[in-house]
Amino acid sequence: MKEKIAEYFFLICSLISIGAVALICFFIFRGAYPAVQTVGLWPFLTGGLWKPTDIPPLFGIFNMIVGSVYVTAGACLIGVPVGVFTAVYMAKYCPQKIYAGMSQLVSLLAGIPSIIYGFFGMMLIVPFIADNFSGNGNSVLAASIVLGVMVLPTIIKVSEVSLKAVPKTYYEGALALGATKEQSIFFVLIPAAKSGILTGIVLGIGRAIGETMAVVMVAGNANILPETIFKSVRTLTANIVLEMGYASGTHFDAIVATGAVLFVFILLLNLVLGVINKGSKTAGT
Amino acid sequence: MASRKNVFSIILKVFVYLAMGVTVLSLAGILSYILVNGVKTFKWSLIFGKFSSQNPSMSFAIVTTCVTIFLTLLMAAPLSVFCAVYLTEYAKRGSKIVRYVRLATETLAGIPSIVFGLFGAIFFGTVLGFGYSILTGCFTVAIMLLPVIIRQTEEAIKAVPDLYREGSYGLGASKLRTVFKIVVPSAAPGIVSAIILSMGRIIGETAALIFTLGSVAQLPGSLLDSSRTLAVHMYIATRDGGAAGREVAFLTGTVLVFIIFLMNVAASYIGGKVGKDFEN
Repeated sequence: MKEKIAEYFFLICSLISIGAVALICFFIFRGAYPAVQTVGLWPFLTGGLWKPTDIPPLFGIFNMIVGSVYVTAGACLIGVPVGVFTAVYMAKYCPQKIYAGMSQLVSLLAGIPSIIYGFFGMMLIVPFIADNFSGNGNSVLAASIVLGVMVLPTIIKVSEVSLKAVPKTYYEGALALGATKEQSIFFVLIPAAKSGILTGIVLGIGRAIGETMAVVMVAGNANILPETIFKSVRTLTANIVLEMGYASGTHFDAIVATGAVLFVFILLLNLVLGVINKGSKTAGT
Repeated sequence: MASRKNVFSIILKVFVYLAMGVTVLSLAGILSYILVNGVKTFKWSLIFGKFSSQNPSMSFAIVTTCVTIFLTLLMAAPLSVFCAVYLTEYAKRGSKIVRYVRLATETLAGIPSIVFGLFGAIFFGTVLGFGYSILTGCFTVAIMLLPVIIRQTEEAIKAVPDLYREGSYGLGASKLRTVFKIVVPSAAPGIVSAIILSMGRIIGETAALIFTLGSVAQLPGSLLDSSRTLAVHMYIATRDGGAAGREVAFLTGTVLVFIIFLMNVAASYIGGKVGKDFEN
């Protein structure tokens, strides 16, 4: 009897995370619905003007969708090569003596609060861009650099684990055939670990697109379509955090709808992850 | 041909070391910049003094952060551990429930903190009527922590050798007794390290807290009061405080970095023991 009760109790605890996801979906999409109904889904997604205080107000988030895509792409351009190569270093080059220190360092990089990344970017990277390039420094480039560093630990950790999971015989076989260490790593090991590395990259993309505080502090947040990487940009996340404090009525619903669009992006990324993992399973690795 | 092969290999090797250098330098750069400036602006009154507009001290934020950590873990930790126990010890392998719970935790793990913040403000703040309060903030962050603690506790429990369980059953212990007297204690270092890491998440969280816990600069009188955690304090100081605010931000950042560093060391020290215990 006691055993049965305990089992059901544990079961209920497990179901809470399912309940949480259901609640989040329900309240975000229900909160977004009035705005989408008033503005229309297509004008909301493709409109370039966001003027919540005008009469009548205008709600279009096209620039912000593009902005989120730009800074995420920029973060990938910086974070993916550095992250994957660092993972290779961790898996195959790092001397035993400093390995513990290195992996501690990567965890610390993951643990640093995003507000500190943002503050660092605001104090050093933004002025540096302003001094050396055009504009006032608050830009796509600044946001991309900050996010590029922030996605490193995710990409490094996941890639390293998958590189290490490749059977040793692959690597040794390549060496035995006369390939150099680098050739064995880049033409045998990395292709064999590709689904794990891709998983790391997609998780990194998820982190970059959802990051808020660090981006708000360095991106400038002007609602424009940036023509160069030195121009200001507003992301979906920035739009939420900047206006949620004082928004009301349709304006608030439109903010929630911005969150819903972001949520849909994340769900799509999760779908991509599912496909990657399924592919690796059927490949029989 | 041989030399060409070598040149290519050398280039790749250079890139590997270069990438490692960039990773190490960016961390070292951020840490040293924050710490050096934090030490420069160090004043006891800014840490422990009473908050006022002349002295924007972080004392109240330290209290709020501690309360938030305690309350959030009180909600999230037992739930997550029970969930992990169910998934590893009770559910049949590959059962539908396990698959759905895993899908749910993976989804939760991917949701950006600002979306949690939106949800928390709407559901806990407005629908349940807690408004901007510590309670709203803790509920919101507790949900964010579920996937973190569940996943690591699962790993820790899976690492407990079956021999332990069989030994316990062999001595006539029931399943419940085996789980709580044998399995969970053996997995304790892993569970504790997961909890320490999630404390780090709570301390560093800003986006999910700013519209749930709010940002009022006051020592909270009750759990239904709004206040700021250290990270939110740092954000508000940077945004509104001008040059003086930046000093506060440096010092708050230094305190944050220091705490996160200690937690990471503690988590890896305690977590590192897990594997070693089972090796013999």
